[in-house]
Amino acid sequence: MLEVERYELEGGPAYQFQPDRRDCFKLLGSGIAVLLLLSDQAEAQESGARGRGGRGRASQPSDIGAWLHIGEDSKVTVMTGKVEVGQNTRTALTQAAAEELHSSVGTVKLIMGDTALVPYDAGTFGSLSTPQMAPQIRRAAATAREMLLDFAAETWKAERTSLSVRDGRVFESGSQRSASFGELTAGRNIVRSVQQGPVAKPLAQAVAKIDARNIVTGSHKYTSDIKRPGMVYGKVLRPPEYQASLGAVEGQPLLIREGSFAGITGPNPEALPALLRQAKAEWKSTPQISSTKLYGHLKQTAQGERKTLNEGWEGCEHKLEASYKIAYIAHIPLEPRAAVAEWTGDKLTVWTGTQRPFGVRSELAQAFQIPEERVRVIVPDTGSGYGGKHTGEAAIEAARLAKSAGKPVKLVWTRKEEFDCAYFRPAGVIDIRSGTRKDGIITAWEFHNYNSGGSGLATPYDIAHKLTEFHRTDSPLKQGSYRGLAATANHFARESHMDEIARAAGIDPLELRLRNLKDERMKAVLRAAAEKFGWGKLKPRPGHGFGISCGFEKGGYVASCVEVSTAPKIKLERVVTVFECGAVVNPLHLQNQVEGAVIMGIGGALFEAIAFEDGKLTNGLLSKYRVPRFSDLPVLETVLLDRRDLPSAGAGETPIIALAPAAANAICDATGKRIRSMPMAPQNS
Amino acid sequence: MELKINGVVRRVDVDLSRTLLSVLRDELDLTGAKYGCGEGQCGSCTVLLDGVAVRSCITPVKAAAGKQITTIEGLEKNGKLHPLQQAFLDADAMQCGYCTTGMIMNAAGLLHKNKSPKTEEIVRAMQGNICRCGTYPRILTAIRNAAKELPHA
Repeated sequence: MLEVERYELEGGPAYQFQPDRRDCFKLLGSGIAVLLLLSDQAEAQESGARGRGGRGRASQPSDIGAWLHIGEDSKVTVMTGKVEVGQNTRTALTQAAAEELHSSVGTVKLIMGDTALVPYDAGTFGSLSTPQMAPQIRRAAATAREMLLDFAAETWKAERTSLSVRDGRVFESGSQRSASFGELTAGRNIVRSVQQGPVAKPLAQAVAKIDARNIVTGSHKYTSDIKRPGMVYGKVLRPPEYQASLGAVEGQPLLIREGSFAGITGPNPEALPALLRQAKAEWKSTPQISSTKLYGHLKQTAQGERKTLNEGWEGCEHKLEASYKIAYIAHIPLEPRAAVAEWTGDKLTVWTGTQRPFGVRSELAQAFQIPEERVRVIVPDTGSGYGGKHTGEAAIEAARLAKSAGKPVKLVWTRKEEFDCAYFRPAGVIDIRSGTRKDGIITAWEFHNYNSGGSGLATPYDIAHKLTEFHRTDSPLKQGSYRGLAATANHFARESHMDEIARAAGIDPLELRLRNLKDERMKAVLRAAAEKFGWGKLKPRPGHGFGISCGFEKGGYVASCVEVSTAPKIKLERVVTVFECGAVVNPLHLQNQVEGAVIMGIGGALFEAIAFEDGKLTNGLLSKYRVPRFSDLPVLETVLLDRRDLPSAGAGETPIIALAPAAANAICDATGKRIRSMPMAPQNS
Repeated sequence: MELKINGVVRRVDVDLSRTLLSVLRDELDLTGAKYGCGEGQCGSCTVLLDGVAVRSCITPVKAAAGKQITTIEGLEKNGKLHPLQQAFLDADAMQCGYCTTGMIMNAAGLLHKNKSPKTEEIVRAMQGNICRCGTYPRILTAIRNAAKELPHA
């Protein structure tokens, strides 16, 4: 079973990329290559000195973040272990290289997520591509640019200061002389290593999605679109209840049966379910908790002792205590988990949509007891993930079936399998006790999170006495990462509670927050959201309500103001979101990420919840599980605060966290009723 | 059986109860239409039958016999994108792109019967198409812009 927020627990790379100098050029042709090294030891090794041999290896660079090649054809190729799952990191990272080379994005091609070609990367999650990978690529590209200038100066015997790089060429000022990247790199075959260091800020250019043309013509090949010569389709026998184990199987001869894994293959994918149904399988199930008993179960199974905050209560006019509940929800990436597996002798190649290509390679190597070097995982740009595609179940299943079939196998999970076999955003219970003085200053804050997770656990408010605890519990359902992780749950509870304090104290919710905040960046997004929304100036119409909330996570600050209407059902009418994540990389895609996060957040806030009973999901189909659709769209107003003086943080996750509490506060404003559980309008269909 | 797809007659030898989606994707390598749910709830598999948008994941292939099937692969003419395709590009109306072809085909079905839809009409027509990445605002913009580009004969 997955740990909550498992990536935080992950160790170092299981495999270290050891490029041979010649490999770069064998693969991409003659030219120059720049390797971005993650440690100085690696550089010592690269430059020929015998290093201490980290992890028992010596004489080769071991920890490379990314590398860049410029060929004789002037093409720039960047290799990175990050993957594209709709967050447009392919575009953002291409921009990073192109900006340093003073060239258009069309000059640069990224090779992403192919374990045979790219350096090790732990995975695409945690909003890390922008703060970590982009500076590495920038550094490599800037180094390449300086090399090109050196080559031109040397070839032309020119002053280096008279040279400049523009649109894939080096120019000399005051003369007509210029040369393409390819002319300057031809025949050189030089590898240079560079360590991380300061890099230029992004230019905040609105560049359109790379490869978008292939998307609108339908020619982009997602994993589920790939066809290999001789390929057949696979299907896995699924248990009727989760955590059931497979006993005897009669009737249909299965292609493969190993423990609880059984499956078949065939040329017609639509014939497979009927064939599997003929198998008379005995399943041994165990008693399971139902969703109606979930929250009690989480608290009953909590590990360790719950501490109590004893200080800070003196002189408090308002002492509040409340408990908040957060349901399991599903990621529902529109492209279900899929894999195409192909064995060539004892070597395995798997195409699969995952956020952790190297992690899935480890899973495959372990499953088949073969060295990782014999496994290649290739991740085509994928039909989204939202933190849901960290694991390699479909890859392993396809590879097992392919091994038995002796042919390449494609396996695409059905939507029902997605619900039944994937993992969920953790459910949780959050208990809060607070003590506030008459002037609205909070002096005591006790916060207990059961199972949701640790992200966004700590309060950003400046409170004298705090106790914040995360309690591990048993989870009846498989759970794991989700966009924003537990920051959504923790902000829902905390920012709802802030509103409760404001109401109890009779202080405006914006004012209460500002009185308790010291963090200027948080105050800035709050004030900007209030200003844009007209907070304190507008009055809600009858049946409507206003709510505000703010949050900080993964380097980004967000504040949301929401207007809801409550009749005939709860609907978000207007959402103002202010987001600040340092220097903006690409305003076009940043806005898309912020709006997408807000819209996805509407589902979890209002109506998404996994229901389950006796080991079965009772709403595990899209016809039963409601996700945000066109008609749920509020008027969206998004403000991006561009802090040119600060490094860029990732933006795919944090904008989701402030929506739900702002909506809860708006509902309370409209109805006087405080809803302390997500989703807040589960009957809303 | 014979299928008329994007103006070309294709012969397939398949069980007539198979879905149009699987025949297009798995037999004819037309993978632009996507599987998203298999129950007609998400719209990723949308194609046109005689100009009408249908969910190919719940349409038996025999229902397409004798009809003009249009898939996303048939929208581009002589290297020129369909106004909807161009409008989606211009509005950057996608994130992961998995729903995009279904969105475009469903919108094509709408514009086939209603050349200047109001925003409420677009929302109603597109209600069965899910973009899990939440690109709805830009998709609405793209459809509105494409409607302006279409010949209003």
